[in-house]
Amino acid sequence: MSPVTDQKTPAVVPPAPAPPEKKTRRRQSKVFGSVTRRELVLRYVLLVLVLLISIGPFLWQLSTSLKSTGEDIYTRIPQLWPSEPTLDNYTRVMDAIPVLSFIGNSLFVAALAVAGNVVFSTLAGFALARLRFRGRKIALGLFLATLILPGEATIIANFVTIRNLNLADTLLGVALPGMIAALNVLLMYNAFRQLPGEIDQAAVIDGANAFQRFWNVSLPSVRGTVAVIAIFSFIGAWDDFLWPLIVLTSPDQFTLTIGLQYLSGTFANDQRMIAAGSMIAFIPIAIVFATLQRHFFKGIEEGGVKG
Amino acid sequence: MTVTDVSAPAAGGPTSGRPRRDTGPTRTTGRITPWLFLAPALGWLMVFSIWPSLNTVRMAFTNAKPLGGTEKYVGFENFSLILRDDQVVNALVNSVVFMLVCLPLLTVLPLLIALLVEKKIPGITFFRTAFYTPVIASAVVVALIWTFMLDDRGLVNGLAQELSIIQGPLPFLTDRWLIVLSAVSLTVWKGLGYYMIIYLAALGNVGKDLHEAAAMDGAGAVRRFSVVTLPAVRGAMLLIAVLVCVAALRVFSEVFIMTGGTGGAGGEAMTMVMLIQQYSRGFTGDLGYASALSILMFFITLVPLLLLGKLNGKGGE
Repeated sequence: MSPVTDQKTPAVVPPAPAPPEKKTRRRQSKVFGSVTRRELVLRYVLLVLVLLISIGPFLWQLSTSLKSTGEDIYTRIPQLWPSEPTLDNYTRVMDAIPVLSFIGNSLFVAALAVAGNVVFSTLAGFALARLRFRGRKIALGLFLATLILPGEATIIANFVTIRNLNLADTLLGVALPGMIAALNVLLMYNAFRQLPGEIDQAAVIDGANAFQRFWNVSLPSVRGTVAVIAIFSFIGAWDDFLWPLIVLTSPDQFTLTIGLQYLSGTFANDQRMIAAGSMIAFIPIAIVFATLQRHFFKGIEEGGVKG
Repeated sequence: MTVTDVSAPAAGGPTSGRPRRDTGPTRTTGRITPWLFLAPALGWLMVFSIWPSLNTVRMAFTNAKPLGGTEKYVGFENFSLILRDDQVVNALVNSVVFMLVCLPLLTVLPLLIALLVEKKIPGITFFRTAFYTPVIASAVVVALIWTFMLDDRGLVNGLAQELSIIQGPLPFLTDRWLIVLSAVSLTVWKGLGYYMIIYLAALGNVGKDLHEAAAMDGAGAVRRFSVVTLPAVRGAMLLIAVLVCVAALRVFSEVFIMTGGTGGAGGEAMTMVMLIQQYSRGFTGDLGYASALSILMFFITLVPLLLLGKLNGKGGE
């Protein structure tokens, strides 16, 4: 995955300083901000160690999914490289469960979550941060108050609501409650609030109405936070398990995580197949994140997520 | 999008004459416009957060069933059943153990990793992204990966036996406490990147000059850490401690997948949310009981949040 690496910085360790510079270099090293060569090496060693811990399990699963049935996957000394790499396990998953339609279902739910959260929380966040009206504090308080409510505590009642709307066992029923998260409204509120007040006043003098100020003036300045919300909404919907597990009963409506649980229950003894299935669920989200990670980290630096 | 109908002319106009308060933005719109902006979000909040909270309380006093039908008022019966339910006691004990093991690990390790990736050395973005990868993966995927690794013949047992750390395989996925510990290691592994980012944001607020000043005064790395870094991340650390506690009470997918939905032998390793889910469906389900469990869960998650408020009030000088 090449887009992961920072293109702005060279991917090589800078060469050791030339001898004449040595003196100044050492004095600099006492000051925070520059790094001695030994510290740099130590840092990279530790970074690689943490790297192994954090992505090792994924690589192990990927490797297992590529191993043929002839290869022992339970060797005591782990064989990371498959002796005869094969995509056989992936085709077997495709034959066993309708993976493509599960992916379609998950995409549908995720798309609604992204659209709902981006549109509605930018609108609400803008109103809370940049418009003055009676009841603003109360509305803000309502969004804050729901933050302490763990979603699991209302999940039963939400199921009853969805059932009474005749949306039980439908994808719309899965998607609907997640289309706005109070946290996202507050993140947008925070982002809009940090914009200087002057940009509004200039637009007001020009006769711009509230929506024009929202669309033309404020929104372009908070794109980083919007990106963070879009990425998080997609990931949250794609990864969600408990809520679709409660709402869905028919296999043709299953999202990918539910389908995966079904696969692991039905083929519990076939680890190669389960590995292939979990990679099918993981690789798309990894690609989405790797492609957009720059916006993600930039959005966070913008002040999107702060304690 | 129906947002276009909010483009009514701004009625208030610029408020140049009026004395302005510092708090809140300038009044430049009519009374209705802000509410049009807020309407969808508030509507959703009402239907999918506030109404369900009230409905949960109502249902906890009924015998509502997942498949509908008539509901009967049963008074406090659900709550008195909870008090006598061994599974609930088990679930609460599991949560407490889970919390006590997770808490030190997830408040300290992510800070160390954040310090490791803080400095912008070449390739650091790659490492940050890679460390964050477990966070973006679904709990289901992660739990399946760990189930395979913790299998009797899996990677962990195989390596540990090869290195003669253990004699026979450990039953990570069947023994009650080993299930809880397996869920802890999975949660810690998956959470490292998430809390790393929170620490990273907090560390970003530490002025470089503070570190420089401390270094000039001859403070070593350890002393700089305790005098400059720790006070700076204190708020983040408190927040993370609370988030970890709340997350410990909400564990579901990890244990559900690792035990195939059973919660181990006799369901002893079940979590609160697994119980709620179990009662939420099918002919044997009981939404009234599940609602009562939800209320119990809500009040327990409130404890760490209140604690945070208290600690914050004390510490914030």
